[in-house]
Amino acid sequence: MLEIKDLHANINGKEILKGINLTIHPGEVHAIMGPNGSGKSTLSAVLVGNPAYEVTHGSITFFGKDLLQLSPEDRSHEGIFLSFQYPVEIPGVSMVNFMRAAVNEHRKYKGQQPLSASEFLKLMREKRTIVELDNKLANRSVNEGFSGGEKKRNEIFQMAMLEPRLSILDETDSGLDIDALRIVAEGVNKLKTPETSTIVITHYQRLLDYIKPDIVHVLYKGRIVKTAGPELALELERKGYDWIKEELGE
Amino acid sequence: MQFTNQHKNLSSINSESKLSNDFARKIAEEKYKYGFTTDIHTDIIERGLNETTIRLISKKKQEPNWLLDFRLKAYHYWLTMNMPTWGHLNIPEIDYQAISYYAAPTKKKAPNSLEEVDPELIKTFNKLGIPLEEQMALSGMAVDAVMDSVSVKTTYKEHLIEKGIIFCSFNEAVREHPDLVKKYLGSVVSYCDNFFAALNSAVFSDGSFVYIPKGVRCPMELSTYFRINAQGTGQFERTLIIADDESYVSYLEGCTAPMRDENQLHAAIVEIIVHDHAEVKYSTVQNWYPGDANGKGGVYNFVTKRGNCLGKGSKLSWTQVETGSAITWKYPSCILTGDDSSAEFYSVAVTNNCQQADTGTKMIHLGRNTKSTIVSKGISAGQSQNAYRGLVRVAPNAEGSRNYSQCDSLLLGSQCGAHTFPYMDIHNETAIVEHEATTSKINEDQIFYCNQRGISTEDAVGLIVNGYAKEVLNKLPMEFAVEAQKLLSISLEGSIG
Repeated sequence: MLEIKDLHANINGKEILKGINLTIHPGEVHAIMGPNGSGKSTLSAVLVGNPAYEVTHGSITFFGKDLLQLSPEDRSHEGIFLSFQYPVEIPGVSMVNFMRAAVNEHRKYKGQQPLSASEFLKLMREKRTIVELDNKLANRSVNEGFSGGEKKRNEIFQMAMLEPRLSILDETDSGLDIDALRIVAEGVNKLKTPETSTIVITHYQRLLDYIKPDIVHVLYKGRIVKTAGPELALELERKGYDWIKEELGE
Repeated sequence: MQFTNQHKNLSSINSESKLSNDFARKIAEEKYKYGFTTDIHTDIIERGLNETTIRLISKKKQEPNWLLDFRLKAYHYWLTMNMPTWGHLNIPEIDYQAISYYAAPTKKKAPNSLEEVDPELIKTFNKLGIPLEEQMALSGMAVDAVMDSVSVKTTYKEHLIEKGIIFCSFNEAVREHPDLVKKYLGSVVSYCDNFFAALNSAVFSDGSFVYIPKGVRCPMELSTYFRINAQGTGQFERTLIIADDESYVSYLEGCTAPMRDENQLHAAIVEIIVHDHAEVKYSTVQNWYPGDANGKGGVYNFVTKRGNCLGKGSKLSWTQVETGSAITWKYPSCILTGDDSSAEFYSVAVTNNCQQADTGTKMIHLGRNTKSTIVSKGISAGQSQNAYRGLVRVAPNAEGSRNYSQCDSLLLGSQCGAHTFPYMDIHNETAIVEHEATTSKINEDQIFYCNQRGISTEDAVGLIVNGYAKEVLNKLPMEFAVEAQKLLSISLEGSIG
């Protein structure tokens, strides 16, 4: 579904991604690990079209479409979802209004009629149980006054509402206690289908205990330097990244 | 009891509509959609202002002598005055002799039914989305539609007459209810009040008149739509609302004007008198043509709106959504004369491109235990300038008075300006006066977060702005809340990204 070829990207003129190649098939879970500053978050930002980043070279296709030609909202409509590492607070905009706008924009893109208020509220009730999101949170402003764990749960709730084909979880485990981690991870697993894929960006094995990756990549200095099965994550957990640096002759 | 039920129905529709927020998408592509002109034969008098002009206006309206005298006094006073320059506004010089002070669609006689109204005019109103016909009954409103200067049609008047409510054009009120007009005209806004009030008092064309008798709760929202149509004519409306003891009325005023290159002058007066334990809610959505993106054209809106809470325990509430006009100079105010009276001012003022707004309120506490609330939300985009100017005055005898003011500014982009000028003039030490102010900016992260969820930048701005203004929009009757939400989004088109 996703094919990234020789992708280079800058922020403020500084090159962060230096030739990424990555292919993801339907149903796969890919973990992307790597030391701080290796370009993991940049990769997710470029995939969703964050305007702060400039793609200087390479291509990304998603189900045959040139992703780089699509606006951020159309990438969302095509089924790419990013669970933000730092979800943004939007004071004054209720989760209900926010999600309703998002869901109806997605429906419009697919040529479907907007949901009525009652259909929408029913959908919301159904989906928020997946991440045990309190009704009170659903009635508050987007992320405003949410705890760290609530924000992450809210991200997965939005994922449940939008039913993406490719979900990118950018350090979704950061700032979560064990219980919240379990709820979030179980939520992600419940949403998994044989047609949908997931990119899990993380530093730690503990999230991968819940969300089992098929393939693990190590991103280092803007390149994918190692790709292997789930055992790689366990090895990294045990040994850190130094041995990889050594392998690379550093 | 019948009208109590009706009111309940309205509020239930109301709460449902607040859930619906898909307004922005539909209109995101629309430009100033009211930019058309109607081809109707119009009776315009020659440009210029002098005593002859005023006598001519008065004669055309077959006015009594006392009203002509009022106009002439105002005119002579106006001649001694200068345009106010204290606003945070850059007002180009206005040639008052280049304006025509009277324009009326020519009609042999006043229409009694919809069939008698000029079909072109009906078309215009339909384009504007003014529901003059049956849907009006369903939404529980009565419209006194003002096209240029003459009231064209008043709906549901008979229904109101049954309750003793008078809702008619100002000119009709002069003919039919001269005692009421004579008693209250200029009693809240004297012709000496300010330059534009004097001008309006001299040349006012038409407007609306409302009288709610003792103990009557007006069963429907009263509504007037103003609209400038003919080229190079000023609009000088005059509204007078009197709520007798223990009565209630909610009055809606909506403004749309067709697109014109020439600047147009609008100087209106609204006077409201609230007697013992009566309540008046006055809501405005102002959407005059703001000029183009480069500041060419647009309406100059110099309005004096003031109410007097004359009676004990009386209540007056102003709610305004100001999105239009090239220049807005407007301070809907309250004089809290009666003991225990209260007043509210809820305002959203949007400026984009080259628009300028200097708007706010005055709360004058004269009676004891009087209360006032001010909530002002300014939204500035483009190169616009948006100022809140408010005065809270507590007189020596106003024991136990309270005021709460909240003035928020939201900035979109870095070239616009937001300004706050709160004045306090407190002469009673038992008064409690609070003032809060915030300034915020829509940031790119918020917009991108919305984008990632599939919401376009325009719609995201609409969501955020409507969220910001919610406190004020919630004060509007349902019909207006929806239109106001649309207007906010339209007004801020292209202001981000």
